[in-house]
Amino acid sequence: MGRYVIRRLLQMIPVFIGSTFLIFVMVYALGDPVAALFGDRAPDPATAAQIRRDLYLDHPLWQQYLHYMGQIFQGNFGTAFDGESVLSLMAGAWPLTLRLTIVAIVVEAVVGVVLGLLSGLRRGRTVDSGVLVLTLIVVSVPTFVSGYVLQYLFGVRWNVVPPSVSPGAPLNQLILPGIVLALVSLAYVTRLTRTSVAENHRADYVRTATAKGLPRHTVVVRHLLRNSLIPVVTFIGTDIGALMGGAIVTERIFNIHGVGYQLYQGIVRQNSPTVVGFVTVLVIVFLLANLLVDLLYAVLDPRIRYA
Amino acid sequence: MSTLLEVTDLHVEFRTRDGIAKAVDGVSYAVQAGQTLAVLGESGSGKSVTAQAVMGILDSPPGRITAGRIAFHGQDLLTMPERERRAVRGARMAMIFQDALSALNPVLSVGHQLAEMFTTHRGTSRKDARAKAVELMDRVRIPAARQRAGDFPHQFSGGMRQRVMIAMAIALEPELVIADEPTTALDVTVQAQVMDLLAELQREMDMGLILITHDLGVVADVADHIAVMYAGRIVETAPVHRIYAAPAHPYTKGLLESIPRLDRKGRELYAIKGLPPSPHHVPPGCAFNPRCPLARDRCRTEQPPLYEVAAGRTSACHYWHECLHGTRDSGTPEGAGR
Repeated sequence: MGRYVIRRLLQMIPVFIGSTFLIFVMVYALGDPVAALFGDRAPDPATAAQIRRDLYLDHPLWQQYLHYMGQIFQGNFGTAFDGESVLSLMAGAWPLTLRLTIVAIVVEAVVGVVLGLLSGLRRGRTVDSGVLVLTLIVVSVPTFVSGYVLQYLFGVRWNVVPPSVSPGAPLNQLILPGIVLALVSLAYVTRLTRTSVAENHRADYVRTATAKGLPRHTVVVRHLLRNSLIPVVTFIGTDIGALMGGAIVTERIFNIHGVGYQLYQGIVRQNSPTVVGFVTVLVIVFLLANLLVDLLYAVLDPRIRYA
Repeated sequence: MSTLLEVTDLHVEFRTRDGIAKAVDGVSYAVQAGQTLAVLGESGSGKSVTAQAVMGILDSPPGRITAGRIAFHGQDLLTMPERERRAVRGARMAMIFQDALSALNPVLSVGHQLAEMFTTHRGTSRKDARAKAVELMDRVRIPAARQRAGDFPHQFSGGMRQRVMIAMAIALEPELVIADEPTTALDVTVQAQVMDLLAELQREMDMGLILITHDLGVVADVADHIAVMYAGRIVETAPVHRIYAAPAHPYTKGLLESIPRLDRKGRELYAIKGLPPSPHHVPPGCAFNPRCPLARDRCRTEQPPLYEVAAGRTSACHYWHECLHGTRDSGTPEGAGR
């Protein structure tokens, strides 16, 4: 197991380098950041050259990349063109997004698994068909629609929650955005759990558990659900990264100044250091989440053993 | 000797897309305390479904018990509230399944799965239950039981896995064990060991045993009585030594003749012609008539009852006399066949 983890960590290095380099190339290939800095006015050539020298932009791309990476590992993510350090942007944004993601994951896992279990146990009955229709609707409605509709209903019409989240983003205000963010994945978790439960329901070991005289809830939870959750956990694990990076729409709707918001701002204003910095951290989050899933897999299913 | 289990006129139906299949169609049998009843039959004859109905683990839907009585110590299990039934299941009657690899939970250690019997039925603490699980594994002679209790089913060999299955069944010293083809999934050499273990435990604990099998060879050594099933019905019952000497039903006779024997070496092996009927289309009259060498017009119209051919012997053949004695005498069944 230990050797497996080390091997996986080593494998992450080329993936990390490859993906960050691609992002670096894409962002810097987009246009001239110095020109963007001056907006509509044409920059004074001498000033532009000065800025280019200061920002290391007069070197070839690969040297810029190496320089950038070197700085990152010294804890310096650079400075956005407006003078604020990317690190301080991150310090403000990551905790918010992390909290939002946690709310979303909890909603997605709890509601999804419960709904999936119920419909899986009652295959072909009203509950099952109802959940099927519901998940299809949820999957078909894009986040910007469900987000605005729920925000209008709960925030404006019924006044249950504030329509936009306050700067500190306390947990109770994050519940509605968390649900919006979780909705699509929630539908997938439900479908996945349902299929898995329905499949394992007729398994021999479930019949054995019943024949042992175990109470129904023990049979369902300890024997049936435990086995059925293996694929679901995989999905939820890989979804962590997607939720963190994919909260752009939700964060905009509810005015949460998290990672998605900063990324959006960075892209719109061609603020390259912000974009590259945030995405680099996202890549690391993705890689770690995947590693976590792989390790969790071995814990859940003892038939999988890593050499 | 008291009657442990008595199944009377049991009917089980399966509702499927192709219509209603009568998987069990009026089966009656009894098991005495400490005795072994072998239930013999091909796949689909209803032998496993009967056992599942007795255990109360029938897949329902689609399966449904439509009539009959299953009495355990004289008490009808079918009218018993589910709570009481659950207390019987596992503790007083237990089941050994055919394929231990799929019948054991792949993600729980065998020690945990064994301990579950004690924590559920006896309220034993986890720690004590674990110790008892190790004891059980010792009892079914799994080497290094203490170390292996934490292992998972896939880490055991087929024979050892079946021993775990047996340990689970005998955990609470049940009065009745139902073994559904316990050796079918095993190598021949391991089969004998597992059967010996089962027989030994049965003697020690004085359990009633229902041995479901399609293997006549397994039956001869361990069973006291035999019930032969065909197409959801019992076609013959007899004490085991009698049935080998002189079967009273053409189907049983066919089964016995299709066993390879040393004294018939070199000769072509007998096979019952045709296939067993689909449970959706059981032929009228005697279900065996399309495959029976003795079949006549009467067999195609009139369903034979279970004739009493001798004390403790029954046969569902109109011409059992002919089968038993090899004559064409279709005389009255009463008092004959001794």
